[in-house]
Amino acid sequence: MKKIKTPLLKVDSVGIQFGGLKAVSDVNVELYPGELIGLIGPNGAGKTTFFNLLTGVYVPTEGTISLEGENLKKLPPYKITQKGISRTFQNIRLFSELSVIDNVKVAYHSLSKHGILSSIFRMPIHFKGEKEMDEKAIEFLKIFNLDQYKDEKAKNLPYGKQRRLEIARALAANPKLLLLDEPAAGMNPQETHELMNLIALIREKFDLTVLLIEHDMPLVMGVCERIYVLDHGQLIAQGKPEEIRNNPKVIEAYLGEEVS
Amino acid sequence: MTTIKRAKGFWLSISLSLIFFAVVQVLIGGGSLNPFYQNTLMFIGINIILAASLHLIIGITGQFSIGHAGFLAVGAYASAVMTMKLEMPFYAALIVGGLASALAGLIIGIPSLRLKGDYLAIATLGFGEIVRIMLLNIDYVGGASGMQVSHLTTWPWVFASVIVTIIVIRNFTSSTHGRACISIREDETAADSMGINTTYYKVVAFAIGAFFAGIAGGLYAHNFYIIQPSNFGFLKSFDILILVVLGGLGSLSGAVLAAILLTVVTTFLQDYPETRMIIYSLVLIVMMLYRPQGLMGTKEITSMFKRKGGSSHEKNKNTAA
Repeated sequence: MKKIKTPLLKVDSVGIQFGGLKAVSDVNVELYPGELIGLIGPNGAGKTTFFNLLTGVYVPTEGTISLEGENLKKLPPYKITQKGISRTFQNIRLFSELSVIDNVKVAYHSLSKHGILSSIFRMPIHFKGEKEMDEKAIEFLKIFNLDQYKDEKAKNLPYGKQRRLEIARALAANPKLLLLDEPAAGMNPQETHELMNLIALIREKFDLTVLLIEHDMPLVMGVCERIYVLDHGQLIAQGKPEEIRNNPKVIEAYLGEEVS
Repeated sequence: MTTIKRAKGFWLSISLSLIFFAVVQVLIGGGSLNPFYQNTLMFIGINIILAASLHLIIGITGQFSIGHAGFLAVGAYASAVMTMKLEMPFYAALIVGGLASALAGLIIGIPSLRLKGDYLAIATLGFGEIVRIMLLNIDYVGGASGMQVSHLTTWPWVFASVIVTIIVIRNFTSSTHGRACISIREDETAADSMGINTTYYKVVAFAIGAFFAGIAGGLYAHNFYIIQPSNFGFLKSFDILILVVLGGLGSLSGAVLAAILLTVVTTFLQDYPETRMIIYSLVLIVMMLYRPQGLMGTKEITSMFKRKGGSSHEKNKNTAA
């Protein structure tokens, strides 16, 4: 039924070459609205590079990426975020000296309407804009159970909450597509469990499409509807979790070739 | 409610600083403040403007620029040309000096702000030297022998400029635009991925910083009777940098405090010319050993009073001085 819809994100034979090294080549991915998709692969397979291509950190040397039919090629990262793709990072990249609430407010910045001069001269529109941001951010933090920490510096939060804040910040940018780069890395089972609930919650609440890189197989197999597998920069498999689990190519990529 | 409270604190600080201004003005008028102290006061004001403007570039936006003397020079010469050659009034000269400097900031900022860290530092250092050497070779402004300037800088001008600088930089910093700049300092990649146009904000911070350095240049030029390119060498850039680092990177009140302290220290050390630089350097070394985060760290004086439930009335006593 989903296939009838037009894809939200269409990645058409995308690749990138660093000097002589093809980090990613000929990758085709289609994401449909509302899907939760996993992207897995051994270390160094090019998963994060693929994320960097989607978000404009790297410009693909071949192929095209389009969001809702609009070509994203050569747009700078901040424009791509404004178009509706936002992400979290493998190693947390919060604004550590800023307070929790200010981290979220930075994501609202591109939607703000008061200009630099109105802030310098403290015109009414400045106060109105800042107040709206403040209220929105507090409401937002409540969803993530982070509102009691709002004035705490981001770096002082425990690890699991920092991950949660990073996801909250990415969502505050109002994306259509959310990219999560190993959200469960370094989490204990309890935190991972909470994270899975959180992902389910935000999908429902924000009407999102999620693409998730993860090494935690139970998590990926448990929540993702479809999975793409990357190895050596190439897509080697795609399909439903149970298909992936039994795919000989995938098993080979993870465990090596069987000795015959 | 918080905005009302904040506005109250603001007006309180303004009125306190106005009282400070009036007291000094009366002292100068009554002749109880001799020219030496008056001159020190001017220098403190000029250094506060310089420190606050560099604070915006380094402390807030995290762009390590060490060519601030270049902006000071552009402002100084532009405003001196205005008053001496074109016979414009002083206030217009100050504004032209600021605008010329901001323009220089844009011209140097747009290409060089793609660079990061050490590379940007070297590029801006180069900019400062280019300005100095160009001034050295332009006969219109007197070349190496310098340019005569009449003494127009007075206490009210310095005071007004300091207040405007501090208010503008503070208002900019504590808005969504300031947060955008801080996010660049904290993590540029993440800021980019949050939809912040990082290049734009780096250039804006650079231009605003350069503008106020230009204003400071105008005040500086008209405080002497002569300006020479050698006043604006890279050592001057380092003097300004020291103010910002000593005050605490990221703290406006720290930068202001450091500007006051160091200007007073250097002024009084002038009586001991043999040991002056040794004592000055020792002060800096001891400071960095025991308080590497600077006088204020990243905190502001106002936040210290907020914690204790008090108001912010002490702040502008310092900022006004």
